[in-house]
Amino acid sequence: MTSEKNGHKFIINNLEVFYGDFRALKGINMVIKANAITSIIGPSGCGKSTFLRAFNRMNDLVPNTSTKGQIEKDALDIQMLDVAELRKSVGMIFQRPNPFPKSIFDNVAYGPRAHGIKAINQLEEIVECSLRQAVLWDEVKDTLHKSALALSGGQQQRLCIARALAVNPDVLLMDEPASALDPIASLKIEELIQELKQTLTVIIVTHNMQQAARASDYTAFFNMDDDRAGYLVEYDITAKVFTNPEKRLTEDYISGRFG
Amino acid sequence: MTSTETGSIISLAKTNKNYKLNKITQYFGYALVWACGFAAIAAVFWILGYVLSQGFQVINYEFLFTRPAGGVSGEGGISTTVVSTVYLVVLTLVIATPLGVGAAVYLVEYAGDAVKESKLVAFLVQAARMGVEILAGVPSIVFGLFGFSLFVLYLKFGFSLLSASLSGAALILPTIIRTSEEALLTVPRSYREGSLSLGATRWHTIYSVVLPTAMPGIVTGIVLSVGRIIAETAIFWVTLGGSFYLPQSIRHSGRSLALHVYMLASETRAFDKAMGTAAILILTIIVLNLTINLVSRRLTKHISGKV
Repeated sequence: MTSEKNGHKFIINNLEVFYGDFRALKGINMVIKANAITSIIGPSGCGKSTFLRAFNRMNDLVPNTSTKGQIEKDALDIQMLDVAELRKSVGMIFQRPNPFPKSIFDNVAYGPRAHGIKAINQLEEIVECSLRQAVLWDEVKDTLHKSALALSGGQQQRLCIARALAVNPDVLLMDEPASALDPIASLKIEELIQELKQTLTVIIVTHNMQQAARASDYTAFFNMDDDRAGYLVEYDITAKVFTNPEKRLTEDYISGRFG
Repeated sequence: MTSTETGSIISLAKTNKNYKLNKITQYFGYALVWACGFAAIAAVFWILGYVLSQGFQVINYEFLFTRPAGGVSGEGGISTTVVSTVYLVVLTLVIATPLGVGAAVYLVEYAGDAVKESKLVAFLVQAARMGVEILAGVPSIVFGLFGFSLFVLYLKFGFSLLSASLSGAALILPTIIRTSEEALLTVPRSYREGSLSLGATRWHTIYSVVLPTAMPGIVTGIVLSVGRIIAETAIFWVTLGGSFYLPQSIRHSGRSLALHVYMLASETRAFDKAMGTAAILILTIIVLNLTINLVSRRLTKHISGKV
């Protein structure tokens, strides 16, 4: 059931998310391709983050949230999966780097330990491998037992990516992962995402239009309707969305006329 | 010179005058605040100096290492009361810490969801919160009477370390719950989300990320409670009894330092020995406070990654 080339990772059927009575997302139908980078763009408040957090059921943590419709991952309804198992296979990177107040080693080893791996040599192997994948190993290999909070913002974010990779996910959700970083650190993250595409499906929410155009294979444009509910306007191959969008609204947004 | 220019000069002069007046008010206020602060600190140092200088006249090797002899002359030292105090503190913490921290974890991490599920639970949680608030302000003798009637009499534990530490635990529980609750609330939500997003369970998240991060605050609450146990008298008078022998088990009566001070001062002629014991008590509390500062600063530094 693992992702085949050009296979479907997620199938989203008429997804709606409510915060209490307020409908934050309505009528989303999409297919997310495996081993590709899909970026989600759109103005503030259009439900991009809410949409992203539906994939690993992080919305469940917000009180009074309810979800209608269905998301299938590898042809299985995610509501039917064990939530811990789901989140293990669908990693998430947050807007602000959020390393734990622990050592670099303990941060990366956190997930494997939570899933019952105790042998220290096995943990060491996972930590090194994950840090290498996140292109952080060379910078931190001598300071593995120093606090992660002493790292720079960009390093912290790459550490968070390593931490997510350590539990061996097949999907990575990224919620504006570079927005709190300087341009160079941001570029490093972008290069890293390109690398990760080989083995992972990446869904990335971004405010940065160039980033979406440069770094993603597919782009989905979300907008906020008159009732403040977010909906999907256009979804296609990135090159098509940015050069020859079907909808007028998309063109207006991309050319900076609103948003 | 136009009329508007004249006006502005006059108003400028006025501002200057106001400025001078402001400056005087400022100095006056400054002096007043300074005097208040000085008076308060002077009073503290005067009390400390008095107790310590009086106390040190009787403190010597023999005073520290012999047990009280009893009787109205107040012969003997304080050795057994020091040991009883240590027993009392340790036993009270063993009872109160897991309960208090556990209650705080429930209130912060779990109560929110439980409240959504049923009205009854919501009511109970609200009642528990209010109970903690109210209990924090109840005088210690009330806890003493509660302990006396429940543990000493009804459950037949008698005047004993057990009765005293159970009552003492009831006394410090509100403090531990409140400080732990506040400490837990300061843990950023992003830590919890980070952990849960890795597929960690809720309990694992609390145990491995939330509690360690909240530890400096929790430790501060515990150490404050230790100070309270060392300092309280009335509650232990009616639960611990006052035996000056070394307690052989948790079912034996004992005498804490503060209780010893009270008994020496009220029942014997040995006022000098009461002062000596009080000096030891004060020194203990000073050392304890310095330790809190040091430990919680170290922990905070460690957790915020500065070492």
